[in-house]
Amino acid sequence: MNARLLALLLLCLPGFATAQGFAGLGTDAQGFAVPDPAHRLSFPADHGAHPEFRIEWWYLTATLTGEDGRDYGIQWTLFRSALAPYEAEGWASPQLWMAHAALTTPDRHFVAERRARGGIGQAGVSAEPFLAYLDDWEMRATAPGIVALSLSARGQDFSYALTLEAQGPLVLQGDQGYSVKSRDGHASHYYSQPAYDVTGTLTLPDGPVRVTGQGWLDREWSSQPLSGTQSGWDWFSLSFEGGEKMMGFRLRDTAGDFTAATWISPDGSAEALPEGALSVEPLTTSQVAGRGVPTRWRLDLPAKGLSVDVTALNPQAWMTTSFPYWEGPVTITGSHAGKGYLEMTGY
Amino acid sequence: MIAAALGALLSHWRRQPGQFATLVLGLALATALWSAVQAINAEARASYARAAAQLGGDAGLVLKARSGAIPLATYVALRRAGWQVSPVLEGRTRIGQTSLRILGVDGLTYPVMPASETTDATDPAAILLPPGRLFVTPATAEALANAPDLPPRITTPDLPEGVALTDIGTAERLLARTGEITRLLVLPDQPAGLPPLSQLAPDLELSETGQGDVARLTDSFHLNLTAFGLLSFAVGLFIVHGTAGLAFEQRRAMFRTLRALGLPARTLTLLVLGELLALALLSGLLGLVLGYFVAAVLLPDVAATLRGLYGAPVEGGLTLRPAWVASGLGMAVGGALLAGVQGVVKVARMPILAAPGLLAWSGAARRGRWRMALAGPALMLGGVLALWQVGGLLGGFMLLGGLMLGAALLLPPLLAGLLALGGRCATGVTGQWLLADLRAQLPGLTLALMALLLALATNVGVGTMVSSFRLTFTGWLDQRLTSELYIYAESDRQGAALEDWLRPRTEAVLPIRYAEAELAGAPGRIYGIVDHATYRDNWPIIAAAPGGWDRVADSTGVLVNEQLARREGLWPGTTLTLGPGWQAEVVGVYSDYGNPNAQAIVAMPALLAHVPNVPNRQFGIRIAPEKAPTLAAELRAAFDLPETSVVDNAAVKAASLAIFEKTFVVTAALNVLTLGVAGFAILTSLLTLWTMRLPHVAPVWAMGMTRKALARIEILRSLALAGLTALLALPLGLVLAKVLLDVINVTAFGWQLPMYLFPLDWLRLLALALLAGALAAALPATRLRRLPPADLLKVFAHER
Repeated sequence: MNARLLALLLLCLPGFATAQGFAGLGTDAQGFAVPDPAHRLSFPADHGAHPEFRIEWWYLTATLTGEDGRDYGIQWTLFRSALAPYEAEGWASPQLWMAHAALTTPDRHFVAERRARGGIGQAGVSAEPFLAYLDDWEMRATAPGIVALSLSARGQDFSYALTLEAQGPLVLQGDQGYSVKSRDGHASHYYSQPAYDVTGTLTLPDGPVRVTGQGWLDREWSSQPLSGTQSGWDWFSLSFEGGEKMMGFRLRDTAGDFTAATWISPDGSAEALPEGALSVEPLTTSQVAGRGVPTRWRLDLPAKGLSVDVTALNPQAWMTTSFPYWEGPVTITGSHAGKGYLEMTGY
Repeated sequence: MIAAALGALLSHWRRQPGQFATLVLGLALATALWSAVQAINAEARASYARAAAQLGGDAGLVLKARSGAIPLATYVALRRAGWQVSPVLEGRTRIGQTSLRILGVDGLTYPVMPASETTDATDPAAILLPPGRLFVTPATAEALANAPDLPPRITTPDLPEGVALTDIGTAERLLARTGEITRLLVLPDQPAGLPPLSQLAPDLELSETGQGDVARLTDSFHLNLTAFGLLSFAVGLFIVHGTAGLAFEQRRAMFRTLRALGLPARTLTLLVLGELLALALLSGLLGLVLGYFVAAVLLPDVAATLRGLYGAPVEGGLTLRPAWVASGLGMAVGGALLAGVQGVVKVARMPILAAPGLLAWSGAARRGRWRMALAGPALMLGGVLALWQVGGLLGGFMLLGGLMLGAALLLPPLLAGLLALGGRCATGVTGQWLLADLRAQLPGLTLALMALLLALATNVGVGTMVSSFRLTFTGWLDQRLTSELYIYAESDRQGAALEDWLRPRTEAVLPIRYAEAELAGAPGRIYGIVDHATYRDNWPIIAAAPGGWDRVADSTGVLVNEQLARREGLWPGTTLTLGPGWQAEVVGVYSDYGNPNAQAIVAMPALLAHVPNVPNRQFGIRIAPEKAPTLAAELRAAFDLPETSVVDNAAVKAASLAIFEKTFVVTAALNVLTLGVAGFAILTSLLTLWTMRLPHVAPVWAMGMTRKALARIEILRSLALAGLTALLALPLGLVLAKVLLDVINVTAFGWQLPMYLFPLDWLRLLALALLAGALAAALPATRLRRLPPADLLKVFAHER
């Protein structure tokens, strides 16, 4: 496929910053629905797809420990991108789907990518019973809602099959699930299930490994989440040993960075912290795929007494997908200890 | 000191511009021929790759339905099982007077899309959502200019004419074939542990896109070209070795002086080596320029050959590719080092006080004659041993190399022997002197004559092979393509309709139906035939059991192609397993040129009984030949068939022959070039011997022979040597042809060709060799004829 054509196709997809900023995301929503602060999320309907919005994702990451004692991380992501705000049968459907799967070890990073058209049954998401799929990659509910899931994906040289059991309630990010992304009021609908217990098997070129660990699911949809001056983001999902969790991000903006965070107590209750409460600072930059990418960070959240270093398990966790970005597991040291996931786009 | 030494070394070339030119031109010519062949090969391969990438995707495999279209649900089911496949919907639609081939692909999974010249190509919504866009060439866009019902066009140079590439959704609407898929491309990267296709989609069959076949067929052509390039290079190296050796010998005194003046042996060796490298680079660059022109002249013919003969798309244009530039320069430098290393070693080991021998070079050659006489047969024996021990294509080439080099080494002792024999028989003073003089000059001419021998033998060998191939192939075409028309339907349904339509209008409709099968462990095809005189009378059988055709007709016998018979030893009387519980006795073997795979022929009822859903889309039509063109036109009109679906036998044969003539043009051009290089070698050898010859000629002149007579003898001498070499080259060339036909061809392509002899070609070649010899001697002879007598007298005055 012509690289330009592909690039523009994918620009419509979320989660990918380009050097020119989120060009595709910064434009006005043409006929697409716009996130509404008054909207209250309702489940299970909102587990499913929202074709009237331009972009949407089902984003699952998990930090895992193998029976061999090694640390692993996996990513399973399904992106939906709409060329027009409706769904249609057959090839005429304007809904495009893309999925990324990754498996990270301390010294290897496996990546696979799949693409599909909507309308023909090759990819899609249904709310009840919950099923998100593209080709043979699936995130499938084994109980009502998304309390229990089975998850699978495979690439040329790796695969995984995991089961997930939620240990807490859903967390609505921002204001009741309305997450502001810039001072101009760009926003998305955003909720998470940050507390999955994960068990299952990873298959690597050397053979299968039994693993256990923690999973985090993010659900987000919008038509225009970013401002035109924002060039990329650094996004953290952290689970601490005390049972607290934190979601935080920094949107890099020529008009000054924008940070936001949600603090989640061990009982699952969430508190949205005001803009600027979280400060993030890159400490170490690694050469990854020919560019400098920060792979060690200092995070400070004085309101919660948090001051930690976040270090990549494998600095080379580069996603060599149609649109490249960095995504991988991290370890946390400092005032709090734990594990988490880091995503960085736009480098 | 180094600068002075370098100046002294290089002064030799200033004083001997002829020798300098010889060395540079020899190496340049060799490099030119080699890189021209490389350029042609590289260009052709790049063209195949481009074509494959544009239309089939890089994927080598496709899935097709055994009959009809693939349902969309099957595609989704394969995808949901993990198979990485990409759908293609292909069909024709009529736009006014033009027929447009629509190629619908899913842009998200299709491996390649053409680059576009216009920018709106990059709006995915425009391409994927109705009305969609059509990618076409500018010329096709022109032809579609007045088609209001079509989606907007986007022009791109990367497509064939008459094809519109578009989104599969747009193709569905244009062709009115909703939910249908023509084929599925199997993408190269598949995850591990997929469920088998036979279980997921039993109605689909896996086949190659056809690019593989083209590659295999064209491989034979490229193999021939490469062999040619290598032989020309070897011929060139003989020249370089000769001239470089002579230059070293002539500078022996200078080397000694330089060493005596205090230049370390190491420095001198490095200087000589550096000089050689510089010369090699200079000649290599010159050769590349020459090679580029040779390739540019030959490429259109090669392209036409490949396009016509194998349907391989090769463009006529030439681009400079790093690969063959590097290969050309590498060969030039490597070749020069190979040819000159003997001299460098001599310089390094030269004792400082060794007396300079004036005729040391030729003397050394004479001493080496016995070594050559022993080494020649040893090399030949080595070649035979290699074929026996190593086997295969490599063994075949080693045999070729051994035979050629061995024969070249045997040439000097053989020529010397012949001349000695002639000297004994010769009567008369002049005759005896002529023969003695020839023998004396032989060492200096050895390398040039070896080059001539190789060039001539290659000419005979390759010429015989190509001509034999042509004769056999055209004869085979006559036997095999007996039907007057061949029809290709797009579906089984259309096939059935065609058959009904054709039956009352023709003498016979012969269905050509086959199934892909595993024959003796390798992929192959089983054809079913109806019992018809067409087959019995014409099929090119090379081995048969009595009543073979009757045995095929009653389903107890099977015919196999030569490739299968040779590979598995399946000759008449043996039994072949065609499938589970299906065996038949081999009752005949037929020749099947151009097909790399196994093939078997059974009776149609037997095939249909054992294999379900055999496609019925190809037919041979028997009809009075003069009625064929009319029927073809009617057929195309009645069924709206594309041009390629109805093939006129006469047109196929004419095209095949025309293509062979093209092949000949290329072969002949390369032949003339190789001969030219050899002729040049003789000329340069004669010129370098010139100064050494005067002392031999002067006494004869003094005894009363005129300069005119001497000049005539000079030419006669060259003619005699060239003629003798040509005579010796003939058997070598025939052996070469035999090896090419019986060893190389059989191992590379699986079929043996009968060898035909073409004595007229030999006569032509003998004439060419004599011409080359005469031309090469013309310059020295003219010089001799015009030589002032004073120069001849000086010979007696000078201290020798």
